[in-house]
Amino acid sequence: MKLAYWMYAGPAHIGTLRVASSFKNVHAIMHAPLGDDYFNVMRSMLERERDFTPVTASIVDRHVLARGSQEKVVENITRKDKEESPDLILLTPTCTSSILQEDLQNFVNRASLESHCDVLLADVNHYRVNELQAADRTLEQVVRFYIEKSKKQNNLDLKKTKKPSANILGIFTLGFHNQHDCRELKRLLTDLGIEINEIIPEGGSVENLKNLTKAWFNIVPYREVGLMTAKFLEKDFNIPYIKTIPMGLVDTGNFILEIEKIFKNYNYFTNFDFKSYIDKQTRFISQAAWFSRSIDCQNLTGKKVVVFGDSTHAASITKILSREMGVRVSCCGTYCKNDSDWFREQVQNFCDEILITDDHTQVGNMITRIEPAAIFGTQMERHIGKRLDIPCGVISAPVHIQNFPLGYRPFLGYEGTNQIADLIYNSFTLGMEDHLLEIFGGHDTKEVITKSLSNDSNLNWTLEALSELNKIPGFVRGKIKRNTEKFARENSIYQITVEVMYAAKEAIGT
Amino acid sequence: MNKKNSEKLTFECETGNYHTFCPISCVAWLYQKIEDSFFLVIGTKTCGYFLQNALGVMIFAEPRYAMAELEESDISAQLNDYKELKRLCLQIKKDRNPSVIVWIGTCTTEIIKMDLEGMAPRLESEINIPIVVARANGLDYAFTQGEDTVLSAMAHRCPGKMIKKNDFEQNKKSENLFVQTFFEFTKKSLKFTPENSFKKDKNPDFLYKNHSNLVLFGSLPTTIATQLTLELKKQGIKVNGWLPSQRYDELPFLGENVYVCGVNPFLSRTATTLMRRRKCKLIGAPFPIGPDGTRAWIEKICSVFNILPKGLEDRENTIWKSLEDYLFLVRGKSVFFMGDNLLEISLARFLIRCGMIVYEIGIPYMDKRFQAAELSLLEKTCVFMNVPIPRIVEKPDNYNQIQRIRELKPDLAITGMAHANPLEARGINTKWSVEFTFAQIHGFTNARDILELVTRPLRRNKNLQELGWTDLVKEKI
Repeated sequence: MKLAYWMYAGPAHIGTLRVASSFKNVHAIMHAPLGDDYFNVMRSMLERERDFTPVTASIVDRHVLARGSQEKVVENITRKDKEESPDLILLTPTCTSSILQEDLQNFVNRASLESHCDVLLADVNHYRVNELQAADRTLEQVVRFYIEKSKKQNNLDLKKTKKPSANILGIFTLGFHNQHDCRELKRLLTDLGIEINEIIPEGGSVENLKNLTKAWFNIVPYREVGLMTAKFLEKDFNIPYIKTIPMGLVDTGNFILEIEKIFKNYNYFTNFDFKSYIDKQTRFISQAAWFSRSIDCQNLTGKKVVVFGDSTHAASITKILSREMGVRVSCCGTYCKNDSDWFREQVQNFCDEILITDDHTQVGNMITRIEPAAIFGTQMERHIGKRLDIPCGVISAPVHIQNFPLGYRPFLGYEGTNQIADLIYNSFTLGMEDHLLEIFGGHDTKEVITKSLSNDSNLNWTLEALSELNKIPGFVRGKIKRNTEKFARENSIYQITVEVMYAAKEAIGT
Repeated sequence: MNKKNSEKLTFECETGNYHTFCPISCVAWLYQKIEDSFFLVIGTKTCGYFLQNALGVMIFAEPRYAMAELEESDISAQLNDYKELKRLCLQIKKDRNPSVIVWIGTCTTEIIKMDLEGMAPRLESEINIPIVVARANGLDYAFTQGEDTVLSAMAHRCPGKMIKKNDFEQNKKSENLFVQTFFEFTKKSLKFTPENSFKKDKNPDFLYKNHSNLVLFGSLPTTIATQLTLELKKQGIKVNGWLPSQRYDELPFLGENVYVCGVNPFLSRTATTLMRRRKCKLIGAPFPIGPDGTRAWIEKICSVFNILPKGLEDRENTIWKSLEDYLFLVRGKSVFFMGDNLLEISLARFLIRCGMIVYEIGIPYMDKRFQAAELSLLEKTCVFMNVPIPRIVEKPDNYNQIQRIRELKPDLAITGMAHANPLEARGINTKWSVEFTFAQIHGFTNARDILELVTRPLRRNKNLQELGWTDLVKEKI
């Protein structure tokens, strides 16, 4: 058992449902108790979805517990088949109902005999994988199923498209700025003279999955979802894929160069000059390169920041901060524990330390210890930042409704670099303003706050010491307080007087 | 379809494929209500994810609840439940030092048959903190019924032993003895020392009529609880306590001579526990939602205590008059309740009295005995307003309901968040039902708040109507 208040990645079935409901005309049925269909609320509220979320629950109640689901699941599948005539129905248990160990595969087999649509059971272990891993797995499962199916029907088209084309794998519902990223990628590919073959799962149709093999190569914009599918297509059909994430100027450039390489491997020669395209975009179209050169950005030099998020965004943002803006990343971390090797390799030379954990208290303590000038993280880090008075830019899921902006906010490609530069810069200026206010005695009515996330303090501050502490400018007050307490604890002092404060100052040298 | 509506109440039951919140969501309001409590939800990632998303920002405010997240080793019994729970509870004790830990059992603990009720007393004596066990799971209950399971578990912890027959006779003769036993049980509490209470109670004898003890049950925000208490005080009725109280160690005295009355329609299990296990006498009344409900609620309590209610009619009329600006908006408009929080009957009754037409009342679970008075008031209200009695659909089927909504085109659909945006996009005004659970809707004072909620989509959409963009999907429903 684990005492938990918050989690970064949701349970496995959420990943499966995200993939299923991203496809057009696919319906998911959850084998779950009442109230587990919370996914519908998330999709309807966060994405402000206009259509009914194609997810229903086959309710597990007392009767099911006593007698088993029997006909219920099969009836629910065939009923949905009649009502909505989807192309595919995907059945998934939740953590809870997977313990029942009912033979869901058997239900699926029976239901697929009676219904017009295809029926699949999401093949996911609910206790071993999280939302993102499950989404990756489910996407691959669906793709594999339809490619096998069309192999059997002998209508799998292995001929490549005439013009170079690419599939984009892993754009899906409730993804962090996925819709905008997708539009930006399309724009980039159009610039390079590449056609989009298929985009899955978002807006894709399962009937079109057999066309995947016509593409020249695959693009996996996010580490977390789509990689398994890309690997499958590479292994079985020899379709190369690009796993460089086109986020930030350097990596977007690398991404384009990889495309050039793929063209060469296909012996396809165009008179398009990739290098000068990258150069023009980097220096003149995107503002980010100029921006980091401008004197404004000089102020950011050596500022300490902390980055935390999914592996894609945390790694890319770390590289942008350190390589493209000259900001010092004190710690960079991810909650994607399953992909930690890749993550370490990516960020190794761009940060002081690496934290891989899915425990938000560890992240909170790390931030408290480092006291960065800004945080780039998820909604959780935003709230940690609020409590510590440190500005935070949100760069990764898990997210709120405010991270589903209506305006165009990609993170990928050249427009993405502009957006990221704005996000980073704005986080810092806000922080600077705040400090200036404090220095010039703005509205300093704040009480001394502990600024530590644990409440295990058993130290006593005398009145004089407290009033001395209040004289210290607000923005370093927390640090002095913590250092003093640390000193006191180390020396087993429980009563903090003015003397102790100065002794601590001398000992630590702050 | 609505033509079928008859003169008598009809109950239908559908498939139960409907959307509602998981009952564990009750921790959201209960941990705030019971200030010295800690809620430990023993479940899986699915439960945790639900809480995290449903409770939104509350998560970040160091709430007094947490998940005991079951891992694979717990499910396969490689770890010892008792030891694991002990470890977590000791940590909670160290970090937060609550006066009570409430274990919320979930579907998973049901399925793996974790004996929470058996472990709690043992652990309780070992760590010296009361542990209350409530099985608020989605296998058996819907949304607000979670509170019901917690309160019925808490009812067992209220002071006052089951009094024997002859003791009871004696008690009747001497109120003093009763007072003594009462303080014996609550002397632990600091706020409730006999001295304090006597001071407080010095005058009230003039204000209060002589009646048996009255305890109200149902969790309400403190201001609302005070409002209702004052409302009864005007009739000379003293409220001797609330279940739940503000603090765990202020739980009210219960016993054979105590009358109890519910304030929310979803508390049937608590009512049963109070009657059967604590031998209390239940006052079955309509619920104090809307001025009509509040008046009926007070009148019923008065009638039980043989008190002639005074000034209630005037009070109700004044409230109705003050609502006129809202009533003007809702009169003649139609409503469809999809059903997810068990407040539906009371709200429908109130809205019918406001002049609305209710097509359908969906409701997760209908306890006809506990809600008897409310149902008969609904019937009377329909006759009074001369409208057909709506159909009551228990365990509704959301898919079928959406077909009915498509046919009936109600002016307002009261529905969960899963359906609200899609219905809006199809030109149907919606109000999220969850808001009624969290808003203050009880008593005379708050009737305005209910109408504020109900009319909000109507007012908003009236402003947007002229633009002519009501239908925002390509295909029709």
